[in-house]
Amino acid sequence: MGVSINWLKDYVNFTWTPEEVAHRLTMAGIAIEGVENNNNDSIIELDLTPNRGDCLGMINLAREIAALNGTDISIPKTAIKENHEEISNFITVEIADPDLCPRYTARLIKNIKVKPSPEWMQARLISSGIRPINNIVDITNYVMLESNQPLHAFDYDLLSEAKKIIIRRAETGEKIITLDDVERQLDSQMLLITDDGRPVALAGIMGGQNTEINDQTVNVLLESACFKNTCIRKSARKLALRSDASIRFEKGSDVNGVVYAVNRAVALMQELGEGEVVAGICDCHPCPTPLPQIILRPERVNYLLGTSLSTVQIREYIQKLKFEWQDQEDNMLVTIPSYRPDIEMEVDLIEEVARLNGYDNIPATLAFGDTTQGGLTPYQKFKDRIKVLMASKFYEIINYSFITPRYFDMMLLPSESELRDVVRVANPLSEEQSVMRTIILPSLLDTVSRNLARKNTNLAFFEMGSVFYPQKDGLPLEILKLGAVVAGRLETNWLKQEIDMDFYYLKGALETLLTNLGIDNLKWEEAQEPGYHPGRSAIIMSKGKELGIMGEIHPQVRQNFNIKPRACAFELDMDTLFKLSRQRVMMEQITRYPAVERDLAIVVDEQVKAVDALEVINLSGGELLQNTVIFDIYSGDQVPKGCKSMAFKMTFQSSERTLTEAEVNSRMDEVRNELKAKIQATLR
Amino acid sequence: MIDKLRRIKILTEEKISGVSDFDSLNEIKVKILGRKGEITQLLRGLKDLVGEERAEAGKVANDIKNILENLIESKTADLKKIELEMNLRSEKIDISLPGLPLPAGGKHPISRITDEIKDIFIGMGFTVAEGPEIETDYYNFEALNIPPDHPARDMQDSFYITEEMLLRTHTSPVQVRTMEKLAPQIPVKIIVPGKVYRKDDDATHSPMFNQVEGLMIDERITFANLKGTLMLFAQKIFGEEVRVRYRPSFFPFTEPSAEMDISCVHCQGQGCRVCSHTGWLEILGAGMVNPRVLQYGGYDPERVTGFAFGMGIERIAMLKYGINDLRLFFDNDKRFLTQF
Repeated sequence: MGVSINWLKDYVNFTWTPEEVAHRLTMAGIAIEGVENNNNDSIIELDLTPNRGDCLGMINLAREIAALNGTDISIPKTAIKENHEEISNFITVEIADPDLCPRYTARLIKNIKVKPSPEWMQARLISSGIRPINNIVDITNYVMLESNQPLHAFDYDLLSEAKKIIIRRAETGEKIITLDDVERQLDSQMLLITDDGRPVALAGIMGGQNTEINDQTVNVLLESACFKNTCIRKSARKLALRSDASIRFEKGSDVNGVVYAVNRAVALMQELGEGEVVAGICDCHPCPTPLPQIILRPERVNYLLGTSLSTVQIREYIQKLKFEWQDQEDNMLVTIPSYRPDIEMEVDLIEEVARLNGYDNIPATLAFGDTTQGGLTPYQKFKDRIKVLMASKFYEIINYSFITPRYFDMMLLPSESELRDVVRVANPLSEEQSVMRTIILPSLLDTVSRNLARKNTNLAFFEMGSVFYPQKDGLPLEILKLGAVVAGRLETNWLKQEIDMDFYYLKGALETLLTNLGIDNLKWEEAQEPGYHPGRSAIIMSKGKELGIMGEIHPQVRQNFNIKPRACAFELDMDTLFKLSRQRVMMEQITRYPAVERDLAIVVDEQVKAVDALEVINLSGGELLQNTVIFDIYSGDQVPKGCKSMAFKMTFQSSERTLTEAEVNSRMDEVRNELKAKIQATLR
Repeated sequence: MIDKLRRIKILTEEKISGVSDFDSLNEIKVKILGRKGEITQLLRGLKDLVGEERAEAGKVANDIKNILENLIESKTADLKKIELEMNLRSEKIDISLPGLPLPAGGKHPISRITDEIKDIFIGMGFTVAEGPEIETDYYNFEALNIPPDHPARDMQDSFYITEEMLLRTHTSPVQVRTMEKLAPQIPVKIIVPGKVYRKDDDATHSPMFNQVEGLMIDERITFANLKGTLMLFAQKIFGEEVRVRYRPSFFPFTEPSAEMDISCVHCQGQGCRVCSHTGWLEILGAGMVNPRVLQYGGYDPERVTGFAFGMGIERIAMLKYGINDLRLFFDNDKRFLTQF
């Protein structure tokens, strides 16, 4: 909201430039977003925190300036010439729901002339962003800007004969046409001003069309009331109808300010509209409550702030706020004025002292007390370590936790897949972000697709993030996953070492990672997981636990994500990785005895898997066989059709002695025999 | 005989010095010193000599043999050296050609900044706490002194799962969760990095972003401690020369509340577009833990006090790396990711 500096000077004296005003208010917690200078005046733009809605009123803002420069404010007088009639003969008010309307006041002005308001008033309204209408409406707005108390003017003669106002909750389905000519459907949470059963205003939000001030209006009933902030806030939200009034009521209004505001408005109407004011004020205030009192302990002020302010200084700040207090031994019993509903506790008063003292005048010190050892838990360290390891070969990405449910179809998940059982966002920004992800893979594929569309090729990404599974009771299960995806090849180079980032590339990267983490005894089991190529995917097991899935992406899925090149991915469970990782390392003695290497080439049926051959070799090779590496796989002219040849390099070594030719030979014979017997291998 | 020997010596020395390859040198060696070599042949004549003459000739022959052998040896060494040098010269490569492109990768800028922030606070004795991204209304709002219908709920438009469950709008719920776990133990010194969610999506708002929360509770924790700790943090992350200021602000879970500004990292406080010509950049919100929040967490606000703070990691990353659009963080474009 914009505030005119010239107008502000009606209520408080200051010699600061507009920029100084902006700076001082900002540093006292009333944030000013900007200063706009135009002919002879400046507008400061308020950016209030929700607790200081009171400063939407000029007088309350003036109080802030007065507290900062130690002056007093001047509140406009309300000189009213009343006639000899009695208000109670014209209107009665009944509050049916005092929980939502603690106080309702009204006054009546007769024989008023509806006309444009004077130019100075119009100019001030415009500077505050309010469009002038006529003197009556303009005065209600003007007084609202001044006092922060929203007012509403009814055409008295359009009220029904009973002239009885009842403030009550609306009935579900009840309707009202508001001043903006829109018919509003109401519910029982909303508060209405009614007259003889008929709604005439939506309390605190907007008046009704049926009793609107118009060119023929002669008699005006002026409402100044206090409505429950939460009720107004909820209703305004539900109706998507925010008005200058509702914005103020939402933030809490001053229950004792209603009388001043109605009198101020009546005085202005008399002055500018030549009306006749009916004597008395109709004031319905069923349960008046005394002003809250809070004990402020100067010692506590310093305890909390780390300052060494004297009691005299602290009193001075409270004095500057014009809060009343009584001394109670060393402490102060402070009475909180009703225009400051944000002050509820002693700490709130301490904040008042702190901000008037200036936050920058509070010292900056480090806490003393027991020193503590900071650090990470083993699992946190583990997560960081994996990120470092992964970041040596992949770029880390971060995707939204919410995804589109379409992804599940694009991933070819069967309709009964558990992964389709999602945590749904009740109010998503769009369908694209409407469910919490249960897998990371589609986000990875989406990232690949987007990059390819932008001609970024040779992609290797990883992401560590949570997936969410609904639970019958309580919060959803959040499981941390590690996902990676590759597509393309290592960068083109002149060395002619074109390495495709294919299944075996990703498998190698993953094996390196798992080895580094000390996760061994890996078993790669052929898998038929949705989304993956059925002939090129695996479930990775270790010690009977499933680590996750790795594989080439199904061509149909690639097509669904508009990914042309082949792509491979894995998705692992972080918790399982952590549990299986080696926690402790014990060095193994390095043998002094030489190793003996032997090569072995066999021809087997094409269907025989590497793991089958290796299992036979390892078993028959005995303890002395330390290592076996496959160094060649061949199928073609040199071997019979339907067969392939495999070549192994085997290393024998003992930690106790030098091996003899004879014993290695006998081991090799055993290996050959077993390969013949178990997988029908022929030797090359 | 001695004359002959001396002549051989002179001739051989000349030949050796003229040699430029191993084969010729070897040839000379065989021809002169070999079993059928000239000197060996000559020495066979020794037996025809007698007395002093024989002894002298023998000595001269031996000396010459030694001299020539040494000469050949040193010539061999010279030749080897020359050969090595030639080999090295022939193996010269173009060192300006690029190296083999091994796999490359890197951490996301958000992770990098999070790591930096974690390191700074761990150095000050903080530990890292974590919590769920889907929270109950109780932890996200109520226990943080944001009762239903509190206007502060407007500040953070939320994604709801059910009426009682939502995507956390800040990392602050972990404050209460941690207090519940530790109370009445002191001190509490945690930071909480993590993803948070708000219903906003434009150039300056993302529906998901990252925060780091901090909480310190002990006896006699003061606002001055908050200022000192956060100033140290600002200097560590933005450089020693950075200046800070604190403005009063409002958060339901802290009182007094503050916002910390740092002198603009682009113009050093002179005023520029980045800081909207104010010279200051807002980087975090903080305050003394509201007594009600301490109570929700199981602490007696008369006995202990505390401060809390929270900041957006994207905001810090944008300032540190000169990133001008928030959406780049979650767009995951390779050309962006390879820059960090």
